[in-house]
Amino acid sequence: MSKLRQIAFYGKGGIGKSTTSQNTLAALVELGQKILIVGCDPKADSTRLILNTKMQDTVLHLAAEKGSVEDLELEDVLKIGFGDIKCTEAGGPEPGVGCAGRGVITAINFLEENGAYDDVDYVSYDVLGDVVCGGFAMPIRENKAQEIYIVMSGEMMALYAANNIAKGILKYANSGGVRLGGLICNERQTDKELELAEAMAAKLGCKMIHFVPRDNIVQHAELRRQTVIQYAPDSQQAQEYRELARKIHNNSGKGVIPTPITMDELEEMLMEFGIMQSEEDRLAAIAASQA
Amino acid sequence: MAKDINSTVEQHEQLIEEVLAAYPEKARKKRAKHLGVAQPVAEEPGILSKCDTVKSNIKSVPGVMTIRGCSYAGSKGVVWGPVKDMLHISHGPVGCGHYSWSQRRNYYTGTTGVDSFVTMQVTTDFQENDIVFGGDKKLEKAIDELNTLFPLNNGISIQSECPIGLIGDDIEAVSRKKKKDIGKTIVPVRCEGFRGVSQSLGHHIANDTLRDWVIDPAMQAETRREAGPYDVNVIGDYNIGGDAWSSRILLEEIGLNVIGNWSGDATLAEIEAAPTAKLNLIHCYRSMSYICRHMEEKYGVQWMEYNFFGPSQIALSLRAIAAKFDETIQARAEAVIAKYQPLVDAVNAKYRPRLEGKTVMLYVGGLRPRHVVDAYHDLGMVIAGTGYEFAHADDYKRTGHYIKEGTLIYDDVSGYELEKFIERIRPDLVGSGIKEKYPVQKMGIPFRQMHSWDYSGPYHGYDGYAIFARDMDLAINNPVWGLFDAPWKKSA
Repeated sequence: MSKLRQIAFYGKGGIGKSTTSQNTLAALVELGQKILIVGCDPKADSTRLILNTKMQDTVLHLAAEKGSVEDLELEDVLKIGFGDIKCTEAGGPEPGVGCAGRGVITAINFLEENGAYDDVDYVSYDVLGDVVCGGFAMPIRENKAQEIYIVMSGEMMALYAANNIAKGILKYANSGGVRLGGLICNERQTDKELELAEAMAAKLGCKMIHFVPRDNIVQHAELRRQTVIQYAPDSQQAQEYRELARKIHNNSGKGVIPTPITMDELEEMLMEFGIMQSEEDRLAAIAASQA
Repeated sequence: MAKDINSTVEQHEQLIEEVLAAYPEKARKKRAKHLGVAQPVAEEPGILSKCDTVKSNIKSVPGVMTIRGCSYAGSKGVVWGPVKDMLHISHGPVGCGHYSWSQRRNYYTGTTGVDSFVTMQVTTDFQENDIVFGGDKKLEKAIDELNTLFPLNNGISIQSECPIGLIGDDIEAVSRKKKKDIGKTIVPVRCEGFRGVSQSLGHHIANDTLRDWVIDPAMQAETRREAGPYDVNVIGDYNIGGDAWSSRILLEEIGLNVIGNWSGDATLAEIEAAPTAKLNLIHCYRSMSYICRHMEEKYGVQWMEYNFFGPSQIALSLRAIAAKFDETIQARAEAVIAKYQPLVDAVNAKYRPRLEGKTVMLYVGGLRPRHVVDAYHDLGMVIAGTGYEFAHADDYKRTGHYIKEGTLIYDDVSGYELEKFIERIRPDLVGSGIKEKYPVQKMGIPFRQMHSWDYSGPYHGYDGYAIFARDMDLAINNPVWGLFDAPWKKSA
């Protein structure tokens, strides 16, 4: 067995982290890899496409039912899905109560202590939205994930979130050794998306690992609670995910310490690409329209 | 008291310099503002110190051992805890509740576990699950269980520990719901320990909840008790070792009707009825002035501070209180002062010769760093230094007229500073808390706990003065201090 590799997917909420990660991990199975997915989102939807159903028994809900996390057995919370991928979900409170961040910490500690990480090649963390607090930074702290993959697109807020996540990685890069694996651009069909993604990667000092084109087949697969790899293994989109999986597999140890930029720099970059108007241009345009 | 005053000022200033020299520059600059020597200030009458003018009540310097407590300590331990017919839930993990269990000696009458609960400790005992999923449901359950177990409780307060604020539990909603369910007063107190710089904010938060969840709602009720002309409340007497009782008898003897004592030996009904009094008498200004100001503004209840430590202050206070009422009360005040004079004379005759000229250093909490000063003076003793854990500027402004020029003043003193000061001044007695007691005694210096009265008391009132004098004598003139040096080290 090769050395355990731990990776994590971060990115703005709704960007397609869970979809991208599950498709990619399903493709990694084809490369002969044994995989464990740790869903770190209270919504518990990080393993739906692999299990072909929504995970019912999250670590924290079972722990709450049984009294405490000490009363749990690993088998209770570990389900096997497509390609023998082991799936587990941290779970967490309903929106607006309690502390989901603490829940992530509790769940990850439980899984580690109870041997969930034994006998797998990959552990993949799927983390909600932004790095809002210490709990959601858990996978990038304390020698957990070695490489972080940021799922983003050409949209302003996705770039902004990517930059913030890079800041989080930078914070822990020297203490824990976490690295930025690269950006994964999930196409939204915005202006000059590929160029912008590449420029962003250059600014952060990392690779643009793969540009995943938009294809409705992903939707079709998702409605059937499946990955594209399972639903349409011969499709072009399945090839894209296989390519992404191969690139991530070969990217071992090639992560970088990111160089996040300021908000001003980010806006400048958007202007450079003509996506955002500068103040002068905007005033000129207004003047022209009024003339 | 025949001290060379100028040299004391200089000596103490030099001592402060010496103590500060151990700090790195930044800490030195910060701490320098909290240490001073009492000296007359030209533009203001009385003796003041620079502590009056600098900002007290600010964050302790990181890295030093501060003696301060937290907001939870201020609310649960000081203000709410002594209310005897209510249950006080330490809401959160078990530690805060356990370690604050019965820490203050708030005496009360009643049957513990039946109609009074002060020495009992209740906690929601948070586990990991309660943090992750929120603890509101557990709190509701705890309230239901408490009400079943202790049906004679008149209300429940929820004392928040740190995690409650971090995870954002809605304890106010729980309180409103449970109040409807069980028909009793439920008070949610957001006194999370991380709030503020000391226990002082906890007092303030607790006062605000008294206002919002007890007094104002009670004053909206249709029926109200009939107010009498001599009704007063005693506010900020926590009945440590029975202090409130030895105070109350004096007030009753001069003809006043004490309708409430906050919060030592207090009931919820006393608190609810408070605004019907004519006058609020504050002993601990620091911890309960907030609610007195509210009662003044909203219900027109006047308030005044008083001091029942030592015969000089007791007489002054009785006269000042009586002056707020008619001549009958004033005449009775004089009669009471005269009545107790023989007791005072006897105490002084016995103890003053044994204590005359002995020096004292104090480091305590809310009111005692100034309030007990004249009690020591009455015994012929000298205050060499005094300081507050969590005072604000207005406390220091009230200190000036008690102390003499040259007194060392220390605000939020660190363990190191206090130890150095004691070591160098070597007073005949130190009065502070349990954490200071044993290091000081090991230095060969007599010590009395001035938070808990060292398991003695009361110290308030004339009766308390006799006990106070005896206790100081016991500490200072204990023969054990003559045995401090090893016999083989004694000079021949």
